[in-house]
Parts: sequence; C-alpha cells; structure tokens
Amino acid sequence: MTEFVGPEKDGTSATDAGPLGRRAEHPLWRFADANRAPLGTLAVFVVMMGVFLAANPRVFSEWNIYRSVLTTLPVALFLVVPLVFVVTAGEIDLSFPATMGFSAWMFALAVQAGFSPYLGAVVGIATGMVLGLIVGSIVVYFNLSSLVATLGMNFMLRGVIQIVTEGKSIALTSLAHSSAKTIFSSDVLDVPTQIFWGFAFVIFAAFLFNRHRFGAQVKIVGDNPDSASQMGIDVNLVRVKTFVFVGLGAALAGIFSTMINFTWWPTAGDGYLLPALASVFVGGTPTWGGVGTVVGGAIGALIVSFIQTGVVGAGLSGFYVQFFNGLIIILSLVGHRWNQARYR
Amino acid sequence: MAERLIELRNIRKSFGRVDALGGVNLSVDKGEVVGLIGDNGAGKSTLIKILAGVVKPTSGQILVRGNPVSGWNAARSRDAGIETVFQDRALAVQQSIVRNIFMGRELAGRFGWLKLGREVREAERLMREIGFTSRIFTPRSIVAQLSGGERQGVAIARAIYNEADLIILDEPTTALSLAETSKVFHFVRQVKASGRSILFIGHNIHHVHAIADRFVVLDRGNVVLDANRADVRSAEALIAFMEDVAHPRTTLPPSTAASPR
Repeated sequence: MTEFVGPEKDGTSATDAGPLGRRAEHPLWRFADANRAPLGTLAVFVVMMGVFLAANPRVFSEWNIYRSVLTTLPVALFLVVPLVFVVTAGEIDLSFPATMGFSAWMFALAVQAGFSPYLGAVVGIATGMVLGLIVGSIVVYFNLSSLVATLGMNFMLRGVIQIVTEGKSIALTSLAHSSAKTIFSSDVLDVPTQIFWGFAFVIFAAFLFNRHRFGAQVKIVGDNPDSASQMGIDVNLVRVKTFVFVGLGAALAGIFSTMINFTWWPTAGDGYLLPALASVFVGGTPTWGGVGTVVGGAIGALIVSFIQTGVVGAGLSGFYVQFFNGLIIILSLVGHRWNQARYR
Repeated sequence: MAERLIELRNIRKSFGRVDALGGVNLSVDKGEVVGLIGDNGAGKSTLIKILAGVVKPTSGQILVRGNPVSGWNAARSRDAGIETVFQDRALAVQQSIVRNIFMGRELAGRFGWLKLGREVREAERLMREIGFTSRIFTPRSIVAQLSGGERQGVAIARAIYNEADLIILDEPTTALSLAETSKVFHFVRQVKASGRSILFIGHNIHHVHAIADRFVVLDRGNVVLDANRADVRSAEALIAFMEDVAHPRTTLPPSTAASPR
C-alpha cells in the first residue's frame, strides 16, 4: 500500500498498523510520512538532475546554468504557491496570468509617472488583491464553475490591457538605478537576490498552509464543505480568500518580472498559465481538494523551470523541451498516485 | 421538574405537496436521553435537520429554555448548544483527528497561528475521556484510516469539545461492532451524568431501549408515541408497538401507547 511500510517482524500486519502505525512514534518516520508528497517530488527533481548531470557533466557543474534558473524561478514561485491553496480549497484559478499582467501594468504606470518603485509595488499588490477579490467573488457568490469563469476573467482582463495600451510595452529605465532594484533583483555573491524573496514567500506560505487557521480551513473546505459550514466555517469567504491570495502572488510575480526586465509587456504573464498549473500537480497536490503541499509545489516549479534549461544544456535540441515537460508531468502523477491512495 | 432545554411546537414541513412532518411536538429536558425511533421516511432526518437549523420548518415554533427563538438557523442552533453528529457526513476524512475535533474552532494564538501542541494534548484528553484510545493511531492520524466506529468517536469528541448542551446522534451505533456500541453507550451515560442531553436516533430498537430515558416514535411525519422509560415494559413491547404502527392489526395496541405526556 505504501512505500514506507517496512518488514513485518512482530506479528502486526501492515494494514493494522497503517502508514501511521507504531512508526508514527519515531519523529523521523512521522516527518517522512507527513511529507511524502514533497519528498517524492524532491526525489523526482534529484533523479532528473542526475540524468542531466550524467548527460553533460561539464555544463551542469558550472554555476551559470543554475544562476539562469534562479533568476526567473521566483516569478514561478509567487504564482505556484497560492495556486496550491486554491486547488486545495477545491477550486481552480486560470485568471492569474492576466492578473499578473494587470498588476505589473499598474506598477509600471506608477513608476513611469515618477513615483517610487516601493509605492508602485504597493499599488501593484493592491491591484492584484482587488482583482483576486473580484474574480473570487464572481466564482463563489454566483456559484460558477471556477474552471470556466476564471478562464473567462483571464481573457477579459487581458482584453482590457490590450484595448487600453494598444499593445504597447512600457520601458522603465529608471528602475536600473533604484534601491528597489538592488534589494529585489540584483546579485549577492553571484546569486540573484530575488530568489531569497521567493524562498521567503514559500516558507511563509508553508507555515500559513500548515500552521495557520487559514490553511487548516482551506483544507477542510476543500475536503468536506458541508461539514465545514456545519461547524461554523464561512466556506465562501475561505474560498474567496484563496483567490485574493492568488491575486497577491500574481502581483508579486508581475512586479518581480518587470523589475528583472526593466520592461512591462502587455503579454506579461501569459507564458506562465500552463507551466504554473503543471508545477502545482507535479508537486503532489491532487486535483480533488482537501490536501496539498506548498513545498511540493515549490519543488514542482523548480522542476518545470529546470526542464527547459536542462534539456538544452544536456545537448538536446529545443524541440525536446515539450516532450520532456509532458514526460515529467505524467511520471510525477503516477508516482503521487501511491502517496494519495491513503486519502481515498 | 427538570429544566426544559429545547421544545419544538407543532412543527410542519412540506416539500411541495408532500408533508414530511405534520405538526410534530418534541421536547428534550436537561440531562435527558431521548430516543427517537421511526422507519425510513418517518421524518427523522427532516426533524434533525430542522433542529440543526439547516432546514427551515414550514411552520411551527422552537423554544430554547422556554424562550421562543425567531429566525431559527444553523447559527441559532449552535448558540442554543445543539451539536449534531450527522451519519457519515460529519468529518473531513483527509484531515487529521485533531483538525476534525477543532474544525471551525481552531486553537490559535495571535494572528491566527495554530497552537498545535495544545490542540494535540487537548484532543488526547477528549479521546481518553470517551475511551477512544489506541496504540495504532494518534491525534495526528488521518481520519480516512480509521474504522467507521472510530470516526464516530472523533465526531463525539468534537461535540464534547464544543460543549454542546444537546448532542444529536444520528444512527450512532448502526455501523458499530458490539464493543464499540457499548463504548458509545458509555459515552452517552457520561454526557448525561454531566447534565447534558442527548437525542439518540436509531433503527435498532434494542440499542435505543438500552440507553434512552424516553422514547419518541415517528411515523409518516407524526409523533405516534411519546413515552417515558417507566411506561415501556421492554424493548419487545416497543418493537410490537412499532410493528403495529407499520401494519395495524385488529387487536388493540399494547398499553404502552396510551401514555401521553
């Protein structure tokens, strides 16, 4: 039933003890058991890196290739982590690419108008959260399918951007000399600083998910909404909050992406729709709600970010990228099936 | 006279043209165990849902400690201290025992961060209190790994934690083994001893007879019997009465039927 059930020495059958049997007494087993999904995802990552390293030891022993992944990985992290919350609550949000573009647009306009980038970031974050609130309220209070409604919102918000900007990008050369750039997107010892912010966000979100009332209620709402509302949890409010959190993450992603490139494009965020979603599920969060893993999602984002760089670095042509993307997704899902069997 | 905890007066509920309940009177006193019996479709589920506030009655009055309550809903029901343990639907099975016990009432400190250690200790205490212990699982175990009886224990522990004055148990012993059934009985007696009340719904008349102070029999939306324990000779007499309600005979019903309250 599980990969962690060891030999049966003392007459207690594995089914009696279950994965949380007496081994639950041992802290290390308890940790491994409670974190099977992220550990499994980590194993996928290690195996993948092993294959890359074996294929081209020279390229993969140089820092450059890791540096290039770490430069853009934070943007993915800001998107993937809140998506874990939404999926765990039993919903889905496909509007985050447009929210990301829209929030970054407000940030860019503020900076272009001569305001400080910090103020611009506040404006951008507020925009993202308000958009998340709107999207979430529409889905939850009109009782719409979040899959379809958020897809519609994605098109609509992107449409607004296109209509108003007429497809023109915004260059923000003033950012290059700002203190915000030094803090949020420069280099410390050849490590891109944005990755520290990305990690901090993941750690904060992991605590929010596992050690905070919000995370506990997100899981319960995704698990059994009837029971949750019977026990006095405002199910709809919890659902809306997860959408607001996605809006916050999308805004951060948009702002960081703009700061890395000194330019805002009207298409900002578009390319993240499928990779970010794939990262959530590669990370070990199941589609049915009730359980999820933030750290797994972050490792999933790392895997998905590395495939493109890795495949090319390993000496294959860029045409192989999509194939390996798909292969990793399918293999991860098959692996997570075993982990997830205990919940159903 | 014992304090009246809750009273339903002339409760009617119609679904379209079907009358699920046709003017039901039901009361539960403080520290009383009331057994609610009835066949499928008798209206038990509708009555429980009305008490829990999730279904609104078409007409009728609900009194809590003698005071009529208007705008009865789930929140009012909880405020009145009514906790329902719905069959099969009460728990979030992918979550741990702790998370289920503290569902909606998480022990959290400032800014909403959970006090997990305190929750686990409190859960252990509650589980021990109802004799719900095991070497196999801990409060951190996932509910999906528990048996049906153990899940009942989680729901009951939660009701105790929520300090309910009236715990409604919907078929609590239906899926349980003999040993587990007696555990539930043990718990029911403890709850009664602490001055709380229980509305015990069951199909198994032997189970209900073993535990209840008073019996209420529903049939097709009407109360056809409301009798104290002293007025019912035995479980067999109750069963005979139930059979008679379902398939009326030409002979007179047993004397048990003639004891209105």
